[in-house]
Amino acid sequence: MIGVSDLRYSYPDGRTALAGIDLEVGAGERVALLGPNGAGKTTLLLAVCGLLRGAVVGDVELTGACGLVFQDPDDQLFMPTVAQDVAFGPRNQGLGEAAVARRVAAALEAVRMSFASDRTPHTLSLGERRRAAIATVLAMTPDVLVLDEPGANLDPRARRELLAVLAGCRETLLVATHDLPFAAELCERTVVLADGRIAADGPTRDVLADAATLARYDLGLPAGFDLLRIERLGPAGARPA
Amino acid sequence: MSGRALAATGPTGDLGSRVHRLDPRAKVAGVAVVAGVAVSCTARQWPVLLACFALLGMVAVCARVRASTAWRRGMIVLPLVLLAAVFVPLTHPDGPEAGLELLAAVTAKAVIGTFAAVLLGATTSFPEILRALAALRVPRVLVTVGGLMHRYLFLLVCDLSQMRTALRARGYAPRTLVASGALGGMAGALFLRSHARAERVQVAMRARGFSGWMPTPARAPAGRAELAVAFVLCALVELRVAVGR
Repeated sequence: MIGVSDLRYSYPDGRTALAGIDLEVGAGERVALLGPNGAGKTTLLLAVCGLLRGAVVGDVELTGACGLVFQDPDDQLFMPTVAQDVAFGPRNQGLGEAAVARRVAAALEAVRMSFASDRTPHTLSLGERRRAAIATVLAMTPDVLVLDEPGANLDPRARRELLAVLAGCRETLLVATHDLPFAAELCERTVVLADGRIAADGPTRDVLADAATLARYDLGLPAGFDLLRIERLGPAGARPA
Repeated sequence: MSGRALAATGPTGDLGSRVHRLDPRAKVAGVAVVAGVAVSCTARQWPVLLACFALLGMVAVCARVRASTAWRRGMIVLPLVLLAAVFVPLTHPDGPEAGLELLAAVTAKAVIGTFAAVLLGATTSFPEILRALAALRVPRVLVTVGGLMHRYLFLLVCDLSQMRTALRARGYAPRTLVASGALGGMAGALFLRSHARAERVQVAMRARGFSGWMPTPARAPAGRAELAVAFVLCALVELRVAVGR
């Protein structure tokens, strides 16, 4: 589904953001992308979605359409109302009004935001704005859903609701996050990115159980957190056996 | 302008009234026609100005927009009228009497134009106004800029408010011009933040297939109510033409 090969990129000021990334993500896989600030997570996500401008070296292959959910929902929700924002992508895809309306209704329903269709984004809470931002991408029926820090700054309830929404998604997921329990609950595979390189890649439980690797890259589970008690959420919120 | 003031600019009154439910295209066209007719009048054509004012008054009553709300929102025009009141009678080349006549006309036009705009804002949400403008063939770039400004003005005001609070929290109370330099820094930081956000928004738009133009939905054809509005507006224009002869 996603194939990245020897991907290199430097910021305009010369700093290296990606220093040779090789990554394969299969269809339906859920991959958490962990790493400290400045590790290159957002840059990698932009590259995967073909939105990185400038001197990108290396290959990125993507099968199907990619939907990117940005870290700050205020960057993503730029239309006057939530419904118009969700309709923005489908209209750009050239769909007719009836199909657009169906897509908007289904996307808002999927993120449990149907009640806010005519609201202006600034009247929503952060958790609601983040769910609405996911709806804007779901409405384009992407094959790969790429999310940048989806759980950042959410209160426990909003985080739980977001987790339930993402768990219900059947698309391939690539999620950049600092929230290790969030990654443990949602993703079966974890990739650790540091200094523009992949530092670890494996099953989430194995990667998160490696305290030494986590500490080396300024990552860590919350104190007292028991990884063995975490049950990963499956599609439609079902917990796999 | 505070965030609370911004938030208090949306629809008000009886939200289910016929005026509120009227097609926004008719309301925007109505404001344009009433303002145009008023601006084209001189003080001697007061019956037309009176008709404009009466029409707007009836709309306000139908929409149940309170006079206090209209007054509060319309106060924006007060400084301009006061400025005209100070200078126009004294500086008119044909003497104070002609100056007073001009002042009366300017005041009437300003009040009617502002009242019409206030009623539009009180009966129509901004997104609906934008859709109406797009449907009325206002250049799409203007509609797009208007939409983005409305969307991000709230965030800008919120950022500004947080910065001011942060300054106050650290005991900032400028008493000299030199001390007010921090305000310049704040303005610069606000500009840089806005610029960075604009770049992120542009990437977000490209990610969803933005090709330079905002897609606009199709609108339903005009109904009976809209035709009635068109009839009233035609009558107003007819009155203006008749009085002007």
